[in-house]
Amino acid sequence: MGNIIQLAWLVPLFPLIGFLINGLGRRSLSKGAISFIGSGAILASFIVSIMIVLQVKSPGFTASQGVLKMFDFISVDKLIIPFAFQIDQLSSLFLLIITGVGFLIHVYSTSYMHDEESEHFGRYFAYLNLFVFSMLLLVMGGNFVIMFIGWEGVGLCSYLLIGFWFKNSDYNDAAKKAFVMNRIGDFGFLLAVFWIIAKVGSVDFSTVFAAAQSLSKTDITIITLLLFVGAAGKSAQIPLYTWLPDAMAGPTPVSALIHAATMVTAGIYMIARSNILYSLAPITQTVVAVTGLVTAVFAATIALQQNDIKKVLAYSTVSQLGYMFLGLGVGAYTGAVFHVMTHAFFKALLFLGAGSVIHAMHSEQDIRNMGGLKKQMPVTHITFLLGCLAIAGVPPFSGFFSKDEILAGAFSVNPVYYYIGVAGALMTAFYMFRLYAMTFTGTFRGTHEQEHHLHESPVAITFPLIVLAVLAAIAGFAGLPEVFVENGHALEHFLAPIFAESAKLKHANHLDHTTEITLMVSVTVLILITIIYAWIRFSRYRKTEADTKGLARVLENKWYVDEIYNAAIVRPLNAFSGLLNRVVEKVLIDGLVNGVGKSIQYGSRQLRLLQSGQVGSYILLMVLSILAFFALVFFTKK
Amino acid sequence: MIPVLLLIIPLLTGLLLFAVKNEKSAKNLALLSSIATLTVSLLGVTYMKNAGYLDYDMEWMPALGSRFHVRLDGMGQILCLLTAISFPLIFVATYYNRYKNAASFYALMLLSQAGLMGVFIAVDALLFYFFWELALIPVYFLCSIWGGEKRIAATFKFFIYTFAGSLLMLLGLIYLYFKANQSFSLEAFYAIQFKPGQDTAIFWMLFLAFAIKMPIFPFHTWQPDTYEQSPTAVTMVLSGIMVKMGVFGLLRWVVPVVPFSSWQLGDRITIFALIGLIYASLVAIKQDDLKRLVAYSSIAHIGLMCAAIFATDKSATQGVMLQMFNHGINIIGLWIVVDVIEQQFKTRKISELGGVAQKAPALAILLVIIAFANIGLPLTNAFIGEFMMFNGIFTSKATAFNVVFTIVALVGIILSAVYTLNMIKKVFYGNTSELTSAGHDISFNVKLALSIIVVLIIVLGVFPKPMLSVTNQLSDAILGRMYLKN
Repeated sequence: MGNIIQLAWLVPLFPLIGFLINGLGRRSLSKGAISFIGSGAILASFIVSIMIVLQVKSPGFTASQGVLKMFDFISVDKLIIPFAFQIDQLSSLFLLIITGVGFLIHVYSTSYMHDEESEHFGRYFAYLNLFVFSMLLLVMGGNFVIMFIGWEGVGLCSYLLIGFWFKNSDYNDAAKKAFVMNRIGDFGFLLAVFWIIAKVGSVDFSTVFAAAQSLSKTDITIITLLLFVGAAGKSAQIPLYTWLPDAMAGPTPVSALIHAATMVTAGIYMIARSNILYSLAPITQTVVAVTGLVTAVFAATIALQQNDIKKVLAYSTVSQLGYMFLGLGVGAYTGAVFHVMTHAFFKALLFLGAGSVIHAMHSEQDIRNMGGLKKQMPVTHITFLLGCLAIAGVPPFSGFFSKDEILAGAFSVNPVYYYIGVAGALMTAFYMFRLYAMTFTGTFRGTHEQEHHLHESPVAITFPLIVLAVLAAIAGFAGLPEVFVENGHALEHFLAPIFAESAKLKHANHLDHTTEITLMVSVTVLILITIIYAWIRFSRYRKTEADTKGLARVLENKWYVDEIYNAAIVRPLNAFSGLLNRVVEKVLIDGLVNGVGKSIQYGSRQLRLLQSGQVGSYILLMVLSILAFFALVFFTKK
Repeated sequence: MIPVLLLIIPLLTGLLLFAVKNEKSAKNLALLSSIATLTVSLLGVTYMKNAGYLDYDMEWMPALGSRFHVRLDGMGQILCLLTAISFPLIFVATYYNRYKNAASFYALMLLSQAGLMGVFIAVDALLFYFFWELALIPVYFLCSIWGGEKRIAATFKFFIYTFAGSLLMLLGLIYLYFKANQSFSLEAFYAIQFKPGQDTAIFWMLFLAFAIKMPIFPFHTWQPDTYEQSPTAVTMVLSGIMVKMGVFGLLRWVVPVVPFSSWQLGDRITIFALIGLIYASLVAIKQDDLKRLVAYSSIAHIGLMCAAIFATDKSATQGVMLQMFNHGINIIGLWIVVDVIEQQFKTRKISELGGVAQKAPALAILLVIIAFANIGLPLTNAFIGEFMMFNGIFTSKATAFNVVFTIVALVGIILSAVYTLNMIKKVFYGNTSELTSAGHDISFNVKLALSIIVVLIIVLGVFPKPMLSVTNQLSDAILGRMYLKN
């Protein structure tokens, strides 16, 4: 097929063109045309991506073949930043996920957003294409600056899409929050970039990673920590996670896009890309692992008590991202990327399933008002159940393999990580099946009006669900653990060149097979027990008017983190700005400026009085001055 | 000849306009003149490619040691281009605004343009001073005659401030004149051999003059008042181009002339510049008047440029030169939006607006792009400039506090997102208010002006290289002088 990698720029180009056509033509194009262009652009990218992956997989491929220089972007003095792409195992895998899942989300959107006015329908697809474009730029970037372009680009697109229904002021707040929190992370990313430029003199991945060994321990620790700040912002880790649950304000397919195929996986991608830097910075690795672990468990506790179907899924994303960071932190890079992949499938599936439910329920999102939907929505039900099984980590569904790999990696570094991680996994199983049971089993608790209109969604919605459900079910087989099948981990072999340098640094600390199997089996049993418990308990759920109390109430209110941030940061900053504006600016500085002006005016007015034209006063002044002069001379004589 | 044409076209048309009676022909003549200037300026770009720089030298006042010496070099080129592009944009965007005595209004605008061009090409200090005043004096009249309610007080403050600055500058230049064997030429100034410490006083005199113009905290309070009270077309000139006179002045007449003090006092000035950056950003969050919001945003951006100048670094210096252009274009875009809103809804109060996006979707889209350029999003022009300035501040060898300075400067990018998105949300999103419910979308001329700006934003954000190569040589020369004396 020739060298398709030389044409890799086509991958981001299609969505860019789609964005331009739909953006500019949103008033004149029909909805059909908009859908076709929007989805078609991503499909075209997907096809090219498949060809790229095949090429990368072929035996003759070397890393240097994958570098594509388009033109010099910024060049100043010795620093040359090319607009370059880097195609290799890692980026091509992400290309596949982004365009593949992205395409399904586009198809789904054609039906889900159909009630929008034509103009907004066009705007929606333009934004969606731009989102995919930014994410592609992010993963294809051949240096930190091009990556940063995509990095901020997805921030912009999430802002635009979260605030898509811009008449609603709360949605705008959520959009603004997402962008500002991301900017806080970007602050870290940019600082890291400058640090790298100062120390290495280049931002090209190949140059920077080759120079990593020669950097001082302090430098590399600072650089990796700063990059991690960026990752924490984009991938919603403590303390910068609160934007993600609020990002639910956007249309549901957008949530799927943000949570599964794009945006939040950026942080994971960046660290996996920079794995050699992290492997050389053990302190940072600990920070990453602990942050990930704490986020995983913390978010899981919140998800236990949420009643909004999308909120539960949102916190589960935060939690799952925590696991991925745990994987990165313990050096299980393949495991983290594996989990990105499986998570992309099952989380997109769950969000799109939730969208299907919300659609059928006429915008109802509270699961306390649902129940028993499995009769009316068989396809949504079965696919959603598969998604739940996958995320809960039930073998042989995909989440089991990827989560297990991360947890096994954690165990080999520190068993405490493992036990805490397992606790989180049990919570995951619990809240997911609470969600499932309250939505699909038991009796319907909504209004008669809603019940009357309940229906299965059209094929544009169920088709993506089915494809994703199949993937969520079987994707785990891409990474079978060694215990089961020797050399069964196809993904690990595929990604091996990316993590080769880090692998050399890693102390071989493999679990013996009996321990691994024992752990695996016991966790699986615990998860199954949790699932059955949640299923039985919440199938019989009845609506109560009673308020939650105690810890449940704290969890329902998400540990009051938003309130704490407001009280500790937002309000003081606001008050401080107000103080500067009212007091410092108006009274102090301007007061001083006007004071100088006024005193000059006043002074000249007084001086003018001296020239009164009366000879007597002149003489008096003269005498007084002479006296003063003599007095001065007299006293200062010595 | 091109540098001289850049001066003469606006000057002559400006003078001619005083004689025109008809409003419409005055307007069209002004527009035509500005387009002619732009054409010449673009020609200059192509000519300069071959020559490096364009020079024109003529006997002027030999008794005073001053010559009519103008030169279009890299930085001058960028700023002349900015001036040349801005005026047609301003005239087009405000084409339907009505002024009493329109002919005089446009005449003064063009005279100011001539002055600005002169400032950016003069390489003789007296000539520079002459043009500096030529640029400013028409603005005093424009503000005090066509301004808002409190225009007299605002213009007075503006006048006193700038006048004090001009005097300091004149004193400084005269002092240099004597040091340079009674010559006003830039080369002669460069040749002065100061002993360490000797140039401190001269540094402060010149720096203060330019600091007021930029403005640098705490000399900034004239700016929001003046911007608020001036007719918006004048505000565009003031903030789009005229503040660049200060930045430009530092790079041409201060840093290379008194490099020792610039190097030595750089830290202190950077601290003020960065305090100003954070301070102005925080104050901007609290503004309810759109014009004041943009004014404080501009103060914050200028603070970064000032800090970058004193980083004494190639990346920072080139970043500043590029950013002068970008900031000018972007802020004119913001002013156009403000003007459209004010003309349509008769208010600039953010709290009284809302939901404009529903009524004017085209305006909203164009504004969002310009606003994101204002906060330095990648692939917009401002990102390139800011990236280079941050990078320069970080790698600066002129200070031991480079890391701290960079961190503080970077906080600015978070705050700028806060106030800009606040503004977008309150003015454009949400539900319409009483005032905005009868709104309509923008007219063709505004759409044209904003679209040109948006195209410039994106093109320069993706292909900044041509703009960068223009300033390469000059920034080497400036920095060469700074390292020379240390």
